[in-house]
Amino acid sequence: MRRERHGSVTAGRGSDRRHVRIAAPADEVWSLAGDPARIHEWFPGIVGCTIEADTRVITTASGISIPEQIVTDDPLLRRFQYRITAPIVREHLSTLDVLDLGDDTSLVVYSVDADPATMALVLGGAAGNALEHLRRVLERSL
Amino acid sequence: MGGKILLVTTDQQRYDTLGCNGGTLARTPVVDGLAASGIRFERAHPQSVVCMPSRATIVTGQYPRTHGVWMNGVPLPVDAPSVATTLHAAGYRTALIGKAHFEPYLDPFLRFVENALAASGTEPPGGLHRGFEHLEFATHSALGPWHYSRWLLAEHPETLGGFYPVLDESMQVNALVGGDTGAPQVKANPIPREWYHTDWVAQRTIAWLDTLADDDDWFTWMSFPDPHHPWDPPESEMHRIDWRDVPLPAGYPERVDERERLLDDKPRHWRQWYDGSLVSNYEAPGQWVPATLTSDQVREVNARNAVECELIDEALGHVLRRIDERGWGEDVDVIFTTDHGELQGDFGLLFKGPYHVDGLMRLPLVWRPAPSSAPAPAVVTRPVGLVDLAPTFCAIAGVGIEDWMQGAALPVSDADAEGRGFERVLTDWDSELFGVGVHVRTITRDGWVCSAYRPGAVHDGTEGELYDLGDDPLQRHNRWDDPSLRSFRGDLLADMTDHQAPSRQPRLALEAPV
Repeated sequence: MRRERHGSVTAGRGSDRRHVRIAAPADEVWSLAGDPARIHEWFPGIVGCTIEADTRVITTASGISIPEQIVTDDPLLRRFQYRITAPIVREHLSTLDVLDLGDDTSLVVYSVDADPATMALVLGGAAGNALEHLRRVLERSL
Repeated sequence: MGGKILLVTTDQQRYDTLGCNGGTLARTPVVDGLAASGIRFERAHPQSVVCMPSRATIVTGQYPRTHGVWMNGVPLPVDAPSVATTLHAAGYRTALIGKAHFEPYLDPFLRFVENALAASGTEPPGGLHRGFEHLEFATHSALGPWHYSRWLLAEHPETLGGFYPVLDESMQVNALVGGDTGAPQVKANPIPREWYHTDWVAQRTIAWLDTLADDDDWFTWMSFPDPHHPWDPPESEMHRIDWRDVPLPAGYPERVDERERLLDDKPRHWRQWYDGSLVSNYEAPGQWVPATLTSDQVREVNARNAVECELIDEALGHVLRRIDERGWGEDVDVIFTTDHGELQGDFGLLFKGPYHVDGLMRLPLVWRPAPSSAPAPAVVTRPVGLVDLAPTFCAIAGVGIEDWMQGAALPVSDADAEGRGFERVLTDWDSELFGVGVHVRTITRDGWVCSAYRPGAVHDGTEGELYDLGDDPLQRHNRWDDPSLRSFRGDLLADMTDHQAPSRQPRLALEAPV
């Protein structure tokens, strides 16, 4: 009998992952993408942010302010993680990794886990679009 | 050579909801009148049975495989070809008023023009968006960034709570029940009729037309969000149809054992959804189990749906009267259709999904050519698709059909259809969401509909459906495994493969659930 193995559209928790390869050294990519204060420079739809201690508050183009807790900001690993702490999610963790591919190019991976699952896709979709924008910004500056 | 074109679309409307198509519940004298003096199509199919891919087909004239919007939540690229661009370049004034949905709705960052525009007005950045110079958006929800919701919030904020909440707290399609029968996506809405989105879309269309000069050529897409669920029309209008008097639809098997036998005759995801063991797609309430559907709920849903269809018909009547008052009546081509259908009780199911049967695929389509062209009234029984609309607009306008369009101008009679090779219509389903993938390829020709399931979450690539639309109009007897039809089935599948449009590569990314 065939074993059925599939996920669930109605799962409470969902996961999404996007990536982009950028023709720029990892340190250069990290200097922009890894700086929590500069997210509005490469993430379309985020028009500003403030940082106080480990709390970042972003402002979206729709005028919504969303508080986030910075969980990881590791320049050696080139990993940035944050949690949205607003009630639009029950639970959330986003992870941005910048990987050095060794040929002066980088792989940027943006992973989202969220409950409700729908938010993982909404945030992941926006992040995927943002990664493309990040690539254009960085490759234009070369 | 020019003209004036009014494209009227609804959302999720069944073929049999119009009087001219044999419907007996909703009174639709305006569309019936257009059909009587124009061309009524009896076998018009969408190329996808969900909104975004289907609407992208209407505006591009391309199959979903080619325009790339392979499921809801995949945005149509801003630089995708558009028939509105073609018409605008030919001198047409262009507008889209109502529901667009070429771009995802769940967009907290307002990345998409459809969601961002209302804050700044009705003219898109750069003067055109997808070829439209004037855009006013509405959808099923009273809450959101669109023109209708902003207008309602500014002018009548007390009405917002009267609408059904489309999404639940998990941002899933809401399973909240209401009405007299506890049906999903049903709510008594106390909003006055004139503030409901159906009349708003018509009012804004009239306001747009009033800005045009008498001799302007124009292409106006008036796009009603109804009768798509939620079924929350103005309660003041519900006196028109008492749900208790509504006959059960022919496609609804009232006996549970019959219903389940029919479902078990189809590929496994049908029964799995019915039982609540698989939710394959986002478009239906994820927490609602179809097996709980009662006959009275089917009656109430159909009653509310019919009232919504009547309101649309009347709203269209208002617009056509204004067109007559402008002196344009003889010169306007009117095309009325929808993006896809609704199960509405068929097989004991509601809403939509990967189910390629008439409830979702057989669409109302009426083309009333400009009376000045002295059209011969006709009924076309041969298969046509929404992919044929864009070429039709080009033909009406007297501009060449663009190379990128994949359909043909609609036939004006069966003889015309036969002469120009309208033999088949293709419909695809693709969805991949949180580990659940479903992929269906369907061809309709020679009075049969044949669907092949590709490998996915619950299909191994051998399943399918084959129905004789003549002997089995309700698609209750799946002949896929009938040995006597094995060769015929193979011919249909080969014909489908031969006529598949090229696929866009790389595949566009899913950016939201809807």
